[in-house]
Amino acid sequence: MNKASHPVIRSGLLLGIIALLGTALLASVNALTHERILEQEKRRMLQQLNEIVPVTLFNNDLLEDRIEIRDEAHFRHPAAVTVYRARMDGQPAAVLMLVTAPDGYNGDIRLLTGIDSNGTVIGVRIVSHRETPGLGDPIEIEKSDWILGFGEKSLQNPGKGGWAVKKDGGQFDQFTGATISPRAVVRSVHNTLLYFQTNSQMLFATASQTVSRDD
Amino acid sequence: MTENKLKQILFDGAWRQNTGLVVLLGLCPLLAVTNTVINGLALGLATMLTLMVSNLSVSLMRGLLKPEIRIPAFVLIIASTVTVIELLMHAFFYDLFRILGIFIPLIVTNCAIIGRAEAFASRNAPLPSLLDGFATGLGFCITLVLLGSLRELTGRGTLFSGADMLFGHWGQQLTLTIIPEHPGFLLAMLPPGAFFGLALLIACRNAWESRKTETPKHTVKNLIPGTHET
Repeated sequence: MNKASHPVIRSGLLLGIIALLGTALLASVNALTHERILEQEKRRMLQQLNEIVPVTLFNNDLLEDRIEIRDEAHFRHPAAVTVYRARMDGQPAAVLMLVTAPDGYNGDIRLLTGIDSNGTVIGVRIVSHRETPGLGDPIEIEKSDWILGFGEKSLQNPGKGGWAVKKDGGQFDQFTGATISPRAVVRSVHNTLLYFQTNSQMLFATASQTVSRDD
Repeated sequence: MTENKLKQILFDGAWRQNTGLVVLLGLCPLLAVTNTVINGLALGLATMLTLMVSNLSVSLMRGLLKPEIRIPAFVLIIASTVTVIELLMHAFFYDLFRILGIFIPLIVTNCAIIGRAEAFASRNAPLPSLLDGFATGLGFCITLVLLGSLRELTGRGTLFSGADMLFGHWGQQLTLTIIPEHPGFLLAMLPPGAFFGLALLIACRNAWESRKTETPKHTVKNLIPGTHET
């Protein structure tokens, strides 16, 4: 019997060919769409940044002018915090900090907090989360206006103790049936403000790093 | 191929062997995403596309596939198809992709797809296989939309909320507030609501079927030719 026609070898070869074809197809589709996906993600990111910081406030390339900081003790999360710096004619205007809050109901909540150079919140947006649909997800701007409540808040307004949900004696609303998600967001925004207060010099002065977009 | 046979395929896939209500395959995504109509519709359409492409590819290759390697071959074909769809959606329907998230890659695990490849596409010509994929996908999609309407209506008192994410700006006008000032019925939005809703839909379908036929029968058993219950 011819070796090549042994059924096991034939079947194996056939499967190999199918796998090869599949891989070739995926590789080519990936090559075709890769650029576009990156572009879409960049567009989405810029859109989110612009939602918080109006384009009239800065004139630098926000997406490029950024640094990454790691401070696990302060942010209670090992993930790097991306800081985008908005500048007007080279003068610091605002920072946008992409922070990961570790204590959502269902794990991490990633949120973007915009703080102007005086330490006042310009706006907050949730970038990604896995909170319970219908319960915790009103933290999204698409679901409710709750997140807009952070506008113009600062460490002095509300002062100490005010940075908590109402249930914990603070100023911010919780949702019916969900306290954990808004609590995590409030804590994280407060934490970000505290970090900005002590490090604002460094945040604006550090030279921007070229960070790989694929990570 | 006669017109009758085509009609039969369409009827079988969309109603008689409805994936969600009769065969009860692919329940994981069905239960997970149906908290709103729009989520259900979007996943239903993606699943329908996957079924059509995978059925067509399996049917085209059916002469080559030996019985002993057909299952891994199907898995390869389906996984490649879903990944291609995922990449394309990511590139061209970015907002839609963001809503459906993990459930797009999870289409791979929908047993209905490998079930149709095995039960139908591997023994039929490309055209009927494509039609079968369409019909099965349509049945699945309708089930998702029905369950989504039921849960969204009882859970939040709206229909088509978030339609703008799927249809762009004009979709915002589609959102209907059926019950204003709805306090929110959490049970319907959470996973148990999906089980109750699905049970209700299955019961309705069975009631309809048993009224039509004089002698009510167990409709679940052995509807897929050549397969046995596991």
